[in-house]
Amino acid sequence: MKDMTQDTDVLLSVRGLSKFYGARIGCTEVSFDLFPGEVMGIVGESGSGKSTLLNCMAGHLAPDCGEVLFAGRDGDLQDTLKMSEPERRMLGRTDWAFVHQHARDGLRMNVSAGGNVGERLMAVGARHYGAIREGAVDWLGRVEIAEDRIDDRPTAFSGGMQQRLQIARNLITGPRLVFMDEPTGGLDVSVQARLLDLLRGLVREMGLSAVIVTHDLAVVRLLADRLMVMKDGLVVESGLTDQVLDDPQHGYTQLLVSSVLQV
Amino acid sequence: MTDYNFAYLDEQTKRMIRRAILKGLAVPGYQVPFASREMPMPYGWGTGGVQLSAAVMTPDDTFKVIDQGSDDTTNAVSIRRFFERTAGVAVTEETQEATVIQTRHRIPETPLEAGQILVYQVPIPEPLRFLEPSEVETRKMHSLEEYGLMHVKLYEDISQHGAIATAYAYPVMVRDRYVMDPSPIPKFDNPKLHSPAIQLFGAGREQRIYAVPPFTKVVSLDFEDYPFEASKAEGACALCGADNSYLDEVIMDDAGHRMFVCSDSDFCTTRRARGHVGTEGVPS
Repeated sequence: MKDMTQDTDVLLSVRGLSKFYGARIGCTEVSFDLFPGEVMGIVGESGSGKSTLLNCMAGHLAPDCGEVLFAGRDGDLQDTLKMSEPERRMLGRTDWAFVHQHARDGLRMNVSAGGNVGERLMAVGARHYGAIREGAVDWLGRVEIAEDRIDDRPTAFSGGMQQRLQIARNLITGPRLVFMDEPTGGLDVSVQARLLDLLRGLVREMGLSAVIVTHDLAVVRLLADRLMVMKDGLVVESGLTDQVLDDPQHGYTQLLVSSVLQV
Repeated sequence: MTDYNFAYLDEQTKRMIRRAILKGLAVPGYQVPFASREMPMPYGWGTGGVQLSAAVMTPDDTFKVIDQGSDDTTNAVSIRRFFERTAGVAVTEETQEATVIQTRHRIPETPLEAGQILVYQVPIPEPLRFLEPSEVETRKMHSLEEYGLMHVKLYEDISQHGAIATAYAYPVMVRDRYVMDPSPIPKFDNPKLHSPAIQLFGAGREQRIYAVPPFTKVVSLDFEDYPFEASKAEGACALCGADNSYLDEVIMDDAGHRMFVCSDSDFCTTRRARGHVGTEGVPS
């Protein structure tokens, strides 16, 4: 197994990741590879362990066993769980990004939009105000937030705008891997559609790799190349998105797909 | 006065504080936790500073207290009298004569010398506090040298006011390692933090001591295109005519009449005694 991954240009390799909450199962024995430019969707009902899995991969939770191997800029696979904390935190603000379900978890609500977007630049050492501001203006434009809102606080933004701001704030340092936890959760459908459109554009344009956790099958249909279906902490089915959604094999996946309301 | 130990605090406590001071001097800018004692004054009145002064004071010392630059406010007078009574040390208002100077919110205008100790009263020692409310997180940020957030604050200043509007408690980087809150001194005083004197900072309520040893590199944080400026009010002292000292604004009446005077009362008095007269001063 190891030899195979070293021959290819895999970006993220998850091996046997498990997390238990006491006797209860968070997620067990999850393994998959993610390649550059690929978007992996993780779907499943509430409590199926998908957020636990995402948080374990992103280093927010300590898994009980398993490996999360990430290819650094030099191409070597490193186990992020065994990294020292400074290294992992550095990764968290350079090569990795994390988009929270609730924008206010990922934003500084008492700091202006420009400051929010510029924070990651300043965290990696940018010390030129003009350049930071220029970068912030550029990224606000890319996520369709008007330039004149740059000095407003996120509290003055709508839910959809806050979510777009969070995305801009995460992508400004050009991360190679983005973790997204229900990025469209809690938004109304027309705002969801715009956000998905925007995300799809950014993913294609920047060649981003992403792991997206959602319970919304439409989101993975639009964004994800591959899909993993989780139930009770286990991956019950995985494969190409269209294949899994159009020809579900596992009973649970069939249930999930048939539960979507057709309008 | 034999009812108290010399300088009020018991010797064990002084020993504990001296250990914290030595650690602070060894790691400049690092906040050392210490077991702050109850002092016979309310928190916020300089309990941290008083404990530091008590711990470093010897019977041969000459003691001076500054409150916002002035030697004669209630706070300065009572702390000075406190040590006069409990330690029996000589007291002075002259910066040059003092060996231990306890200060609130100012560094004296007269340059300090080797052998002097400047003790600051610190209300909130954590420079990142208003940006990051969690103490666990701020300690981690200090230990990992993650100070990007400090610049977010300065960024916000510029985006809102067109310039770095932080005028006091201006964050500094000590010896290229720790970001430190220099206590609420005006940023005019920041360049004086590089000094031949020993500088000790004490926060009684927050139970932290930190220090800047003599001649330590202290750099005020800024942006390349918005460099740090040690600003003060325009104009000269109305009493002594000095145009290079930090000025306090004094409202004279309800008609908008005001004047600027030196915040450092000792500096102003000394100048007037030497014959300098400002626009509203009276020749002595």
